[in-house]
Amino acid sequence: MDAAAPVDSFSLDRETWDRLVEHAWSDHPYEVCGLLGRRPDGGFEHYVVPNAERSMTYYVMEPRALLRAMREIEDRGYDLAIYHSHTHTEAYPSQTDIRLAAYPDATYLIVTLQDRDRPDIRAFSILDGEVREKPVVVRDRPMPTPDPVA
Amino acid sequence: MPVVRIPTVLRKHTDGAAKIEVSGSDVGEVLRGLVAAHPGLSEQLFDGEKVRGFINVYVDDEDIRYLDGLASPVGADAEIALMPAVAGGAG
Repeated sequence: MDAAAPVDSFSLDRETWDRLVEHAWSDHPYEVCGLLGRRPDGGFEHYVVPNAERSMTYYVMEPRALLRAMREIEDRGYDLAIYHSHTHTEAYPSQTDIRLAAYPDATYLIVTLQDRDRPDIRAFSILDGEVREKPVVVRDRPMPTPDPVA
Repeated sequence: MPVVRIPTVLRKHTDGAAKIEVSGSDVGEVLRGLVAAHPGLSEQLFDGEKVRGFINVYVDDEDIRYLDGLASPVGADAEIALMPAVAGGAG
């Protein structure tokens, strides 16, 4: 590996991080999946997409929900991140993940629940079968407080 | 004329075009017309005469696997969307 090559990190706010882990638990032990669209302000729109396979080892995004989410992300010009959970293995792309990765410009996120007490999320780009990790940087950002109602 | 919506990931084969009008009365006819105009899409979309398994094709948001496949009729105002499937898993 070229040590001089720049490594892109992937910045994720705490709230989105928590939501992805919560989603991963919601159908445990089955794998869940979804999309994130990164807005220009760095925040994320979160699109839960049903796993059409409802499997512990495989996911296929339900085609209609995928179309709706992807169309919104493209129409709004958001950057695309694709996530799914691994419930019993590490957060690293499997051979299946690599073989089926069809979006070279997307960031692929994997949420692992392998260690129940320490869920983790890692980020990758997958281009022509080559996996490059993008270190996930979790930033804490307080939620904006709504204006008090007079 | 039906419009085909090209996802970002395939636009390198359409000179960046996101929506392309193609005449045709069923999905197969429209897609063959699309591929004739943009030959780079051929290998992306087709395996011989069939649409590749990992390419989702929709007519007005309905997956053609639940319609009549390439024989699904398309109206003059139809929008046909193409979308590589998103799949994977621990395997």
